[in-house]
Amino acid sequence: MKKSLLVLTTLALGISLAACGKNENSNNANAGASSGAALSGAISAAGSTALQPLVDQASKKFMDLNKDVTITVNGGGSGAGLSQVAEGTVQIGNSDVFAEEKLKDADADKAKELVDHQVAVVSIAAVANKDVGVDNLTKAQLVDIFTGKVTNWKDVGGKDEKVVLVNRPASSGTRATFENFALGAKSEDLPDSITEDASGTVRKLVSETPGAIGYLALSYLDDTIQALKYEGVEPTSENVASGTYPVWAYEHMYTKGQPEGAVKAFLDYMLSDEIQTTDVKDLGYIPVSDMKVTRDVAGVVSNK
Amino acid sequence: MNMTQTGPADALSKDGGKFPKHRLEELRGRGYVMFCVLLLIVIIFSIVYFIASRGLTPFTSQGVSLGNMLGGLKWAPEADTPSFGALPFLFGSFATSVLAAVIAAPLGICAAIFMTEMMPKVGKNILQPAIELLAGVPSVVYGFVGLSVIVPFLRDVFPGQGVGILAGSIVLSVMILPTITTVATDALRSLPAGLKEGSYALGATRWQTISRLVIPTTLPALMTGVVLGIARAFGEALAVQMVIGNAPHIPHSLTQSAATLTSIITLSMGNTTSGSLHNNALWSLALILLIMTFLFVFVVRLLERRVKRV
Repeated sequence: MKKSLLVLTTLALGISLAACGKNENSNNANAGASSGAALSGAISAAGSTALQPLVDQASKKFMDLNKDVTITVNGGGSGAGLSQVAEGTVQIGNSDVFAEEKLKDADADKAKELVDHQVAVVSIAAVANKDVGVDNLTKAQLVDIFTGKVTNWKDVGGKDEKVVLVNRPASSGTRATFENFALGAKSEDLPDSITEDASGTVRKLVSETPGAIGYLALSYLDDTIQALKYEGVEPTSENVASGTYPVWAYEHMYTKGQPEGAVKAFLDYMLSDEIQTTDVKDLGYIPVSDMKVTRDVAGVVSNK
Repeated sequence: MNMTQTGPADALSKDGGKFPKHRLEELRGRGYVMFCVLLLIVIIFSIVYFIASRGLTPFTSQGVSLGNMLGGLKWAPEADTPSFGALPFLFGSFATSVLAAVIAAPLGICAAIFMTEMMPKVGKNILQPAIELLAGVPSVVYGFVGLSVIVPFLRDVFPGQGVGILAGSIVLSVMILPTITTVATDALRSLPAGLKEGSYALGATRWQTISRLVIPTTLPALMTGVVLGIARAFGEALAVQMVIGNAPHIPHSLTQSAATLTSIITLSMGNTTSGSLHNNALWSLALILLIMTFLFVFVVRLLERRVKRV
């Protein structure tokens, strides 16, 4: 009895090890490539945590429609998503930034192999604690605040209160978007500033810390904090779509080479009205089809 | 060993194949244990190799000098001319974990004394399970409690934003309490009863016995618990990251935003692409952490040797 148990355990261990060694891509999702045939296969996606809720929700709907397809969606961050898709460990890499911005220098070749699918637009608003007495900041004022030139709210027309910066890590996609399109320059991590990665934590700290200022995606705005106007323009989906509010970025789903089979079907589904008009809006993103302007890698905005 | 067994093996060979049953069993058991141990060794060495190979790349081929990393004060990995000074993180890690041990050690050791010397029944049935329960709470819960309770409290009482080394060490002290208490309790329990009885027989009170005999004799073992606690605090990431503020600078006060090695790693690892300089620099921080943990293990070994001599 005991012996057979031992043998069984050894066997189980051996098999699980063998399974580990197997390439995850062997059950690649290119079955059913021909149109009309039932889709099947396993799709794995990883990367941006900002995009994860949307992909997750869409993947559940897609799996209900296609019973033979399994989709797993993991977080890990934009950088991890891009690395993994470039290495071929996942089929879809989710990212808040263009691949060219992350994979540069020695890795620039990797970015060229990746195909971009822009599935939504995310907009970022500067937010402040409710007691600062300011509801509008100009670009110059924001730059002064985030570079430490202005340290008191009274210098930008608010109350006599110390400014507390709640920043994102230097590598964060949200920070990159905010720096590129709101500040127009890179900012340094100042002493006394707080850096948090999770949007929920940023919102909590900004809402509780007197004099705090930070920035959040529109989907995280609520009554506990105050969204600031940028150059007099309110951060709303409409203003982003019309191009008047400039602080926004695409959410990307990258594939290595052109997608095929189930992966292609899933990406098409992400861009279909079924997802774009419901889930995208429900989760606080802006549908790409609503945008009246487009922007390229270099940040050049043009009318559609 | 083989010599003695050739006799019976030969005698049994005609009815049981080449090996008798018990030898087959012996071989199988030995094989299984050896396999598991080998696997373990391979895993440990691959982890160390992986971290070292990534963590050494910035020094060997990406032009970062070791001195700049260990002694530099400026951490700006995404700047146009990136700099990787990790001294603020080293300072933050040491300050938070040592301060956490300073808070937790008296609590843990007193709890152990209470459980072994004063009220063993209550201690064993109520206090010990309660403290051990602390070890099972996920660290994100500690972080959130810290962010919701400790940070606002510190913000109201002290100048600053409440985040910082003090908040980090308070959260950590609760997290390392089970480690310190468990090790201390085991040490006190293993003290020979004759020693204490001798002390009582000489007319010493309970407090005199505890303070002049029990604690001095078990001190190396108690310190082992404290060092293990510091090691645990040193490696904790998530809870600390939520309450420490993560500004890459050496703070001027305990309630000013600071950062630790682990908090910087968890903050940026997912956002960087593997192979990039920033990513590799984070692996260097991980390598530093690994070496530090190794040192802690070494200190524990030294202390244990002293325990044995006593």
